[in-house]
Amino acid sequence: MRQFLEGSRAVAEIVKLCKPGVISAYPITPQTHIVEELAQMVANGELNAQFVNVESEHSAASVVLGAVATGARAFTATSSQGLLYMAEVLFNISGLRLPLVLTCANRAISAPINIWNDLQDSISLRDSGWIQFYAENIQEVADLHLLAYRLGEDKSIMLPVMVCMDGYTLTHGMETVDIPTQEEIDKFLPSYKPLYKLDPAEPLTMGLLANPDYYLETRFAIQETFKDVLKMIPKISEEFKNRFARDYKDGLVEEYCTKDAEKVIVAMGSVCGTIKEVVDALRQKGKKVGLLKVISYRPFPYAKVDAALKDIPQVAVLDKAVSLGAYAPLAVEIKATFFGKRKSPKIISSFVAGLGGRDITFESVKEIFTKLNRKEVNLEFIDLKPELLKEEYGE
Amino acid sequence: MENNSLFKPGHTACAGCGQAIAARLVIDAAGSNTIVVNNTGCLEVFSSQYPESAWNVPWIHSLFENAAAVASGVEAALVYLGKKETTNVIAQAGDGGTADIGLQALSGMWERGADILSICYDNEAYENTGIQRSGLTPYGTNTTTTPPGTKSIGNPRPKKPMPEIANAHGIPYVATASVGFPQDLQRKVKKAISIKGPKYIQIHVPCPLGWRHETELTYQIARLAVETGLYPLIEYENGKLVAVRKIAQPKPVEEYLRPQGRFKHLLNNPEELKQIQEIAENNIQKYNLKTEVTNEKSQTQILPNPK
Repeated sequence: MRQFLEGSRAVAEIVKLCKPGVISAYPITPQTHIVEELAQMVANGELNAQFVNVESEHSAASVVLGAVATGARAFTATSSQGLLYMAEVLFNISGLRLPLVLTCANRAISAPINIWNDLQDSISLRDSGWIQFYAENIQEVADLHLLAYRLGEDKSIMLPVMVCMDGYTLTHGMETVDIPTQEEIDKFLPSYKPLYKLDPAEPLTMGLLANPDYYLETRFAIQETFKDVLKMIPKISEEFKNRFARDYKDGLVEEYCTKDAEKVIVAMGSVCGTIKEVVDALRQKGKKVGLLKVISYRPFPYAKVDAALKDIPQVAVLDKAVSLGAYAPLAVEIKATFFGKRKSPKIISSFVAGLGGRDITFESVKEIFTKLNRKEVNLEFIDLKPELLKEEYGE
Repeated sequence: MENNSLFKPGHTACAGCGQAIAARLVIDAAGSNTIVVNNTGCLEVFSSQYPESAWNVPWIHSLFENAAAVASGVEAALVYLGKKETTNVIAQAGDGGTADIGLQALSGMWERGADILSICYDNEAYENTGIQRSGLTPYGTNTTTTPPGTKSIGNPRPKKPMPEIANAHGIPYVATASVGFPQDLQRKVKKAISIKGPKYIQIHVPCPLGWRHETELTYQIARLAVETGLYPLIEYENGKLVAVRKIAQPKPVEEYLRPQGRFKHLLNNPEELKQIQEIAENNIQKYNLKTEVTNEKSQTQILPNPK
């Protein structure tokens, strides 16, 4: 049913329809609306779930870990410092091969404290063994949650999934969203049947100590599973299209006006909406520009990116996060895609913008297209304020 | 020989490990319809090294500090799945995992009123990482991070009062126990399990490696801690002291300290011995541990010095 919903409400609606048995979360802006809505649904008896209020994000993640280990579907959401505080538990959840869905309302990292949007929080956890999806708009956020449960709980996958949505832009923005019915969702997402669980009828030891004779293989196994995830996402996206009539193609990347493009920006998240606007405007003026939106950042779809960009002469990567002291996180992956390849873009330039909620405007995107020329740009910050960089330090 | 215990032999604990004995007593008292959540620590390491496990009950280890929160998730899932009425949940940890790094999650779990029994195996230091001081290390102890020297007598602080902290949360059952009194320990576990809501039992478990005593003395040393008044066995229901283990004739603390290398530096220091004797006296007074009449034989026994 099509409804005009706040992004957080849309997430709560879709999570409710996925029927988690246990929800646990800790307040942090701009994530809170999601779990407030779910708490109300539980209070009203619309959702049969245990809502566990905890004293920290570390415990929120631990509660859902315990719940999935015992055989219940579970859900949590967080943001920024909360995600970092969960970090230790998140690595543990993937290591234990527990399927779980977490919504990350993307927000900057302190210090200085800043509650506005960028992607630094979830990007900083890219190595945690979680599948990571980045959504452009509210419809996509809702749909990705449904895909996430289906994907993570697949017996051949058994991995947790983080659905990333830009704080405020998507959590607090409003859109008309199509939320499927319970009946439609039940057909797509069967009830959770764990491969293994804590059950006195069949005692099982989970979370063992693996010495150097065994640890390496556990990591290799997850790395191998990520290959299966890359194959599974297109399959599930296809089924999703047939059931819900929304086409995410392979579900890994979205190509927007790239076929004949000479200049393409690669980006993730809601900024892709702005980039599409700029692409449309420049196309009207006859400029051959396009966008490659990365939806699945982990696993990273190198083959899809290669196919999409290999014939594009000039590519700009727009990062909304940094890896201080090194190249920007998304740019690294794009450059790695083409290292040593015969067919490759001639230019792969890297730009950073929008940190701490600085607006990435129509003009910012146009500037990137302008700066995308024969000279490769490595890690240029867009929209810096020169007057703020002229601070004086004593003598 | 048949072994019906839910905690099987063959694990890799040190000889004389008090925690291994206590862990077996706890799970056998709780029974097979129990899910155990274990913090990181000695017990976890020596009982669950892949591909072997000593546990014949469903058991999970996640991290050092989150057993109480993971157990809360287990409990919530059991409620959701309609299995809580028939399943016990135990969250267990060492003294560091309980009183220090795990205290926040534990406090949250108690405050939520979760139907979970938390067990603290109190061997009074971070023994697993090499005998560092914890919040439950007693006054004067020589640990690797509170070594005695010309400017230090060892650990400068008394034990964190965990039973009182537990009681302050208004939980229905709080007790201390000792591996030196196994029947009392098992009775307390059974009683705790029969009560709905959060329960806390702190069990004194000697560690021959960290306390530097002979491995065959674990049981006696545990008993001496109680018999001197240094480790009072107390039991609270709804915040009220309902039972204590009486001591017929409190023994001087020196009898408890002498066989342990961790207190060796105090033995020729009358001032410090007096201070520790005072801790025992205070306990005896506070909990009214002394009794005039006794059926128990005097168990006074002089234990040898550590090598």
